[in-house]
Amino acid sequence: MIEIRNVSKWYGSFQVLTDCTTNVKKSEVVVVCGPSGSGKSTLIKCVNALEPFQKGSIVVNGVAVENPKTNLPKLRAQVGMVFQNFELFPHMTITENLTIAQIKVLGRSREQAVDKGLKLLDRVGLKAQAAKYPGQLSGGQQQRVAIARALAMDPICMLFDEPTSALDPEMINEVLDVMVQLAQEGMTMMCVTHEMGFARKVAHRVIFMDRGAIVEDAPKEEFFGQPRSERAQNFLAKILHH
Amino acid sequence: MSDFDFSVIIENWGFLAQGLRYTVQVTLTAMLGGILIGTVLALMRLSSIPPLQWFAAGYVNIFRSVPLVQVILAFYLILPMVLQMITGQQMPIGAANSAYFTFTVFEAAYYSEIMRSGIQSVPRGQVAAGYAMGFTYGQTMRLVVLPQAFRNMLPVLLTQTIILFQDVSLVYAIGATDFFGAADKITQRDLRPVEMYTTVAVVYFVICFALSRLVKLLQSRIAIIR
Amino acid sequence: MDYHWDWLFFFRETDDGLKYYDWILSGLGWTTLVSLASLAVALALGSALGVMRTTPKRWLVAIGDAYVDVFRNIPLIVQLFMWFFVVPELVPDSIGMWMKQDLPYVVIAVVGLGLYTAARIAEQVKAGINSLSRGQRDAGLALGLTEWQTYRHVRLPMAYRIVLPAMTSEAMNIFKNSAVTYAVGILELYFQYKQIIEKTSQVLEITIVVTLAYFALAFLMNRLLAFVERRTRVPGLIVGGKGGGVP
Repeated sequence: MIEIRNVSKWYGSFQVLTDCTTNVKKSEVVVVCGPSGSGKSTLIKCVNALEPFQKGSIVVNGVAVENPKTNLPKLRAQVGMVFQNFELFPHMTITENLTIAQIKVLGRSREQAVDKGLKLLDRVGLKAQAAKYPGQLSGGQQQRVAIARALAMDPICMLFDEPTSALDPEMINEVLDVMVQLAQEGMTMMCVTHEMGFARKVAHRVIFMDRGAIVEDAPKEEFFGQPRSERAQNFLAKILHH
Repeated sequence: MSDFDFSVIIENWGFLAQGLRYTVQVTLTAMLGGILIGTVLALMRLSSIPPLQWFAAGYVNIFRSVPLVQVILAFYLILPMVLQMITGQQMPIGAANSAYFTFTVFEAAYYSEIMRSGIQSVPRGQVAAGYAMGFTYGQTMRLVVLPQAFRNMLPVLLTQTIILFQDVSLVYAIGATDFFGAADKITQRDLRPVEMYTTVAVVYFVICFALSRLVKLLQSRIAIIR
Repeated sequence: MDYHWDWLFFFRETDDGLKYYDWILSGLGWTTLVSLASLAVALALGSALGVMRTTPKRWLVAIGDAYVDVFRNIPLIVQLFMWFFVVPELVPDSIGMWMKQDLPYVVIAVVGLGLYTAARIAEQVKAGINSLSRGQRDAGLALGLTEWQTYRHVRLPMAYRIVLPAMTSEAMNIFKNSAVTYAVGILELYFQYKQIIEKTSQVLEITIVVTLAYFALAFLMNRLLAFVERRTRVPGLIVGGKGGGVP
């Protein structure tokens, strides 16, 4: 579903991604981890072309992202994305957040969109908050709304960019629970996260990145059993400690 | 466009330059005087003595809500009356001189607001530290707070001065011969509006653009020091 | 001081049969009209320029920057004189004649003041957009909105809310700046002020009255925008706070 081939990216002369290659099959859950600044967020943002890259190719559901002729809004509408800082639109109610893109991008009627939005809101346990504004919700609630917002577009896959790292510890689980449920339903997911518990539970594969390169790309059991690279071992030791 | 006559500009350059010199003189006078009075007003506004606060607030609010052209004309007419009242004799001061006074007094209101936020940008701990060292209020302000406020606000003060430099063109209202007034007077005589007004626009642009770039440069320097 | 106070002169007849207070009211009307019309021009153009300066397209940024540089660095009165006396000479003769003969003065004045103010609005709009986190744009795009839809539904609504206080002072300034249009023959409040002084010499009374009138205009605009601010306030959001404001 997502094929990443030899992707390299530079900011000026500084190389942020070096020859990254991997792919995510349908219904597969892939967790991307690595120290900060390793390029994992940048890589995931390349998948829906929020970040341009200079070399290589990314093909999502048969469409080449880097092709200038690709209709990016259409591609992005099929790829759900959840951000570290939620990025709900602060001036819109929760319902408006859930419906704006359905109406403007998919051309659904307002009734259809609201209906769909409220169903998903119910699913993440926040139906009572529909009329509120994002600023009135807790971080965990906002992030659940953000997941519902992405799901409202009926995406064929979901990208998560450190969805729990801006949350207070007591709110992390409410978000992870929603993600676990999604994974178990067979959603194709690419998740940048340090939540190794989540990875152990639902991931099929774990990718470890360092300094812009994919250092390790292995099935979950293998990665947690005996990572081949020393860097991944060190990273795991640190992260599991805390 | 084809008959843009540069010789009109060259022939009249002396007169234009005189006007420009007047514009610069008014600008510098009003800048120095305005910052001085403005700082005093800012200190009054931030003082704990209500009458001083009210006076400063009233001063600033009145001058900031009336058009400068109106103040220029009003002061030009009222100033001689006031002077006559004080001295008891006729004191025709003329358009050119009244503008020095008007701009100083008017700009003080704007500079005062800048100095006020500059003073407020200095952490309270600095004042406490000043007092702790045994400084009086005056010493604390003069030696500790105002130098920092002034440095923090220098780019804003200079930007205001660029606006002031442009605003001097409004002495047109009382017929004083600033840079623009000079060009206008030549136009009335020679009927060459295209050459004259374009010259004024270009010269103003070049000067103000260069100055605002310098201010930007200064701003990035100050940002580094801080 | 041997100044002769005479507050009743406002009710005396002028040489065109009206009363002096009629002149003031008419001036007030023109000031309001010119100011609001210019403000509309400035908001529309300034927003467009502000948006242009935040796009990834370099040539759009360059045009926006150049506009702001030119229109901020030439005095308003000089700009107005350019529009009235220079531009008609530079354009093709037929258009020039039309500008000089058929186009109402007030239209040129409104355009002149509007273009001048647009540069300031453009600065505010740009600052507002840039104060939003990049994630807001990304989130809009990630949902499939186009770049323009992201501006229209996500970035501009927040940017306007953030810069509303700065816009308020710009909107209050426009009444003051409109006084300069007297120089190109608009019979607005300052023009009437000047004319009444020439006719009556009651400098102090008229100065007080006209000052109060400008005060009132600025005050009304301030209240109007305070109302807009209250109406558009987002519950739970501190402007410049989380979500919208942090870069």
